[in-house]
Amino acid sequence: MEFKNEIREFIGENLLIDDENVTFTDDDNYFQMGFVNSLFAMKLVDFVEQKFDFEIENDELDIKNFSTINNLVELIQKKLKNK
Amino acid sequence: MEKDVEIKCVVWDLDNTIWQGVLMEGSNVSLMPEINEIIKTLDSRGILQAIASKNDYELAIEKLRELGLEEYFIYPEIHWDAKSFSIANIQKNINIGMNTILFVDDQEFELEEVQTAHPEVTCIHAKEYKKLLDNPRLNPRFITVDSARRRKMYQDDYIRKQAEKEYKGPSNAFLATLNMKFTISEAGEEDLKRAEELTVRTNQLNATGVTYSYEELNVIRKSSQHKLLVCELEDKYGTYGKIGLALIHMLEDHWKLEMMLMSCRVVSRGVGTVLLSYIMKEAKKQNKYLLADFRDTGRNRMMNVSFRFAGFQEKFSDGQGTYVLENNLENIQEYPDYIELYIK
Repeated sequence: MEFKNEIREFIGENLLIDDENVTFTDDDNYFQMGFVNSLFAMKLVDFVEQKFDFEIENDELDIKNFSTINNLVELIQKKLKNK
Repeated sequence: MEKDVEIKCVVWDLDNTIWQGVLMEGSNVSLMPEINEIIKTLDSRGILQAIASKNDYELAIEKLRELGLEEYFIYPEIHWDAKSFSIANIQKNINIGMNTILFVDDQEFELEEVQTAHPEVTCIHAKEYKKLLDNPRLNPRFITVDSARRRKMYQDDYIRKQAEKEYKGPSNAFLATLNMKFTISEAGEEDLKRAEELTVRTNQLNATGVTYSYEELNVIRKSSQHKLLVCELEDKYGTYGKIGLALIHMLEDHWKLEMMLMSCRVVSRGVGTVLLSYIMKEAKKQNKYLLADFRDTGRNRMMNVSFRFAGFQEKFSDGQGTYVLENNLENIQEYPDYIELYIK
């Protein structure tokens, strides 16, 4: 699961978190921890689409699929399998 | 239809376009007749102007300063790279659509090079420059306070971006240094020209892409069933002007967000999400559920993503890009600490 680290890194770099020292696990909902604005949301979707070369459909743009690293990894795996 | 899109930025060449002569071949260049007036008039109409010139940067800027025109241009691209590259930089820096850029040059080669790389850019030969002021795409229907000070706002933005680059901490800490004040108020009659302008100019964060005229907005504003909200943002560098709009249809058991947009200039400030949170909280307070209209315009995916990530789900789709979304209002994002919110 080498891409999990890249996702962690991307989120760590782009999410606006008040406290620099805050850490989160792969099951933490980072939407509840930082302030997620439109630009971050769009960047995250773009990042995943470009990295894995697929398009995320409207019904997959559910916050649940993106709110934790594990959920996002699950979505990516599902989409890669069906490609 | 694309041809009718308003031009937001005119990109000028310098040698034999803004001035007669070639700067590098000696400094005896003089302004083209009437060019001074044309540049100043476009500026007063709220049309941004930039430069794409193959020249020596220092010399060219010095010359513009001497001619009293330097302040009228933002993001000058003065170097020896291809002009298509300059145009791409300008487009990225201002964050506008390619189809809203008009490029003026005296050399066929440059016009063609740009046109090939960016088919959506309107390219005009410099010999046609005197006709620019009469071009309908350079004549916005209204000149608002915000359009007249648009260049100034972009120049403030440039300073902000420089400050942001120099600021090494996490971006939230940077945002906190801006002392942002975000005001949401019900639209008054004086806001309507700007509101119309916003519906025409905004693409990325625009829920429906529907444009509304002054007259339509005025009817909506007076309707007791509707709420028309305008947003203004300012920070320590100055005001961004009126940058956001929302139209809520208030019905018996629910509210319907029929239009929402936020200017691309403030997209990294998180204020679109603040406006959405505010509307969600208000609807919840009134015990109404919330619907929102969304229409895929091909350019507003960011708005779609924002809605979905704010918990909106599809309730209806006509299969052709028009959706009604619904939010159960169970999870509403709190306002960020770095913005002071004022409700008027």
